[in-house]
Amino acid sequence: MDAIEVRNLHKRYGKHVAVDEVSFTVEEGEIFGIIGPNGAGKTTTVESIAGLRTPDSGSISVLGFNPVKDRAEVRERLGVQLQESSFPDAIKVSEALELYSSFYQNPADWRELMDLLGLTEKRHTRYKALSGGQKQRLSIALALVGTPKIAILDELTTGLDPQARRDTWSLIERVRDAGVTIILVTHFMDEAERLSDRIAVIDGGRVAAVDTPAGLIARSSASQQVRFRLRQPLDKSILTDLPDVTSVDMSDGRWTVTGNGQFLTSVAGALARAQVVAEDLRVDQRNLDDAFVALTGRAPDSSIPFERKVD
Amino acid sequence: MRALPQMVKIESRLFLRDSATVLFGVLFPTALLLGMGAVPALRESTPDTGGLRSIDIWAPTALVFGMVMIAVQHIPAVIATYRERGILRRLSTTPAPPGSILLAQMIVAFASVVASAALLIISAWAVLGIAPPERPLEFVAAFIVGYAALLGIGLVSAAVARTSSAATQIGTLLFVALMFFGGAFLPRVVMPDMLRAVGEFIPPGLQALTTAWSVEAGEITATNGGLPFWLQIAAMAGIAIVTTAIAAKLFRWE
Repeated sequence: MDAIEVRNLHKRYGKHVAVDEVSFTVEEGEIFGIIGPNGAGKTTTVESIAGLRTPDSGSISVLGFNPVKDRAEVRERLGVQLQESSFPDAIKVSEALELYSSFYQNPADWRELMDLLGLTEKRHTRYKALSGGQKQRLSIALALVGTPKIAILDELTTGLDPQARRDTWSLIERVRDAGVTIILVTHFMDEAERLSDRIAVIDGGRVAAVDTPAGLIARSSASQQVRFRLRQPLDKSILTDLPDVTSVDMSDGRWTVTGNGQFLTSVAGALARAQVVAEDLRVDQRNLDDAFVALTGRAPDSSIPFERKVD
Repeated sequence: MRALPQMVKIESRLFLRDSATVLFGVLFPTALLLGMGAVPALRESTPDTGGLRSIDIWAPTALVFGMVMIAVQHIPAVIATYRERGILRRLSTTPAPPGSILLAQMIVAFASVVASAALLIISAWAVLGIAPPERPLEFVAAFIVGYAALLGIGLVSAAVARTSSAATQIGTLLFVALMFFGGAFLPRVVMPDMLRAVGEFIPPGLQALTTAWSVEAGEITATNGGLPFWLQIAAMAGIAIVTTAIAAKLFRWE
């Protein structure tokens, strides 16, 4: 059974259509990324899955349950880490965990979870006094304390410094390895690419594409480039005649070869046969940013600043 | 149903960590009464008050101070903060019943109001020789129903205030208005008749509390043709029901 099935979801606020037509399925045990520009409808989509919003039309099934009608069943099985939600300033880490574990029928051992998330040292610290990364880890711990089958993590690493982000990523992979299906909403392309098994690109309230990160990248990038220097002279036609190569430029001994498909292999083979050595070789690696631009016609939003950890 | 006891436990701790509220809501009313009691003029009995001292008649005002503080200042500020910061929203994604956090709040706040009142009554008795309420049952009724009416007003404020700072501002206005009729600025005994008559309908109902505490004091602060005791209680109950219904209607979780 699919963990989550969203069919023709539509949600508007007044005249503003937040989600126009969104359908996708999330398989059990995968990390499913949702990316898209700000205001694309990502958060409304996951809020509808969590039962916080009632769709205007369309259907959502979470492990076979309806988030609005089967409120209790869905909440018991779905852990949520939301954007713009927080905890009382004066609550201590251990208190928040103990409190949230009391809400569930089969809670995890919150002390173990606290340990797993590296919060044991901070158990007597009040929420207000935690660093951004610690708050985020607490928020993840609270999303997991009910031993959910599915966890929704919305903008997980926003505001974290690079090290804390990487730590959080490896934590998420461990959670997935423990069998929890994860929906990851993010505007960080590197995060989505690194963590997701599959990604839905949402744009303008619609699903622009659903694929593996590699699949999305391959779809979007018609051509790639490789650049290198050669000490020895080389007849340009050796490269231009190669299949999949679309253009070759040379100036000041610096070569730029553009192509698609398997052209990298053929370029490397041709250079070897010509017995020339490529130095300073660079392949401009296509990544999810390029795929994002190709699919949405916009650059991924990178305007959200990092909050530097102040110690 | 382990959620509610846990919430009450945690909310109690959070309450105790909020030192301003503990100070002003629980401890200050007693300090205020003892401070007033230290003024010699207020401890002299005069013939016009039938031998009662000013402090005997004024004591219920200090009690009202704590009740108003908790019901219209503390509770709306906490609820508005919980809403503004997404704490209610986060809770609504768990299996815990949505209203349980509000219920836990009310339980803790009520316990604190009772503690505030108990401290005040015992201190008044021990230090100032003000006898404990003469009619305990009526006093408990006036206290609970009066507090419920105040709480209803506080909940309307909590329902409409969009931010915690708005809740605090509304709370301050309400505090001043309610404490005026609560006799903080002008003791009820020297208020003009019209204000006294209106005051019988202003939560928590100072006149009913005064009468239940000391019948003699109640007679002095009563107006000619004022409502009988149980009608005053009924008026407070009516206010409690209407305001709570309005609050429930207007309440937003986000």
